[in-house]
Amino acid sequence: MLWELFWTFFKLGTFTFGSGYAMIPMIEREVVDRKKWFDREDFYNQFTLAQSAPGPFALNTAVFVGYKMKGWWGSLVAVLGVSISPFVIILLIAIYLSGFSTNPIVEAAFKGIRPAVIAMIAVPFITMMKGFKWYFIALALSVAVVVWLTGISPIWFLLAGAAVGVSAAISGKKRGEVKQ
Amino acid sequence: MIYLQLFLSYLKIGFFGFGGGYAMISLIQNEIVVKHNWLSAMELTDIVAISQMTPGPIAINCATYVGYTVTGNVWGSLLATFAVCLPPLTIMTAITIFYRRLHNNHIVKSALTWMRPVMTGMIGAAALMFLNRETFVDWVSIVIFAVSFVAIWKKFNPILLLVLAAMAGILIY
Repeated sequence: MLWELFWTFFKLGTFTFGSGYAMIPMIEREVVDRKKWFDREDFYNQFTLAQSAPGPFALNTAVFVGYKMKGWWGSLVAVLGVSISPFVIILLIAIYLSGFSTNPIVEAAFKGIRPAVIAMIAVPFITMMKGFKWYFIALALSVAVVVWLTGISPIWFLLAGAAVGVSAAISGKKRGEVKQ
Repeated sequence: MIYLQLFLSYLKIGFFGFGGGYAMISLIQNEIVVKHNWLSAMELTDIVAISQMTPGPIAINCATYVGYTVTGNVWGSLLATFAVCLPPLTIMTAITIFYRRLHNNHIVKSALTWMRPVMTGMIGAAALMFLNRETFVDWVSIVIFAVSFVAIWKKFNPILLLVLAAMAGILIY
């Protein structure tokens, strides 16, 4: 079972490119449809929590699937399985291509890639604000500008956001305004 | 000493890595570029590009790369990667155990609701910090940015887009 878990996540870690979200359909097919380790609702519920938890989302998914299968060892084995390929591949790139920017062709390629990478990050910034209330949009824009200009760690803004959220929930409950 | 700094930096990135890979880039920039100067903003842009074209989460890819370049050996790489894996192994395990209590908990929900605009802002900060004279060298950069923006907006495959951008770069520069 541990070996099967390792192998499943090894495959997921090796063949999932781009963002962790590309993993969702693959994981679902593997652990819900093929292996039947989860029923679909249970999988989606835990999955929502994995999305909200800190840390790379692929690892969080490995942890909850692994834990369900084999407890602590299961988590460990699944995390190991999912991170081994990315680790080896990037390590090889770091070792053998560290002088890659001196190659004129590679440098030209990266000159083309860099603006595309920035576009790739700018789009989700804008699409995530769709459906936000005006003060959430204002908050998002101010965080972006302040973090960019001052270099203050975004951690402080995350903590402040959490604090406001918790106090809003507690004071709302006191006034009997608990809404779904 | 450098090992301890590396470990702590990536532990922080992991523990506060809310909101997915793009929001995490902002934390990585803050630790790696602003605080420690281990990489330039441009080098980090390149790592994000490499990370998109290779399997695995950005945070892991970046930890592996920076761990190696900062220390010059595999152990640094392993240590930084391990540091990123620790929060999932601890926090996510706890969440899995208490899942029934956390699921639909209104305090947790409210905290996450207020953290979401911050995560969005972090993605914006990541984009702004990457935008400089090293990444935008001339008007061609602006054209590539505009075309990529529309392409991603229209849900074009990001890996294919980066490959095309690389080919454009080779042809033009």
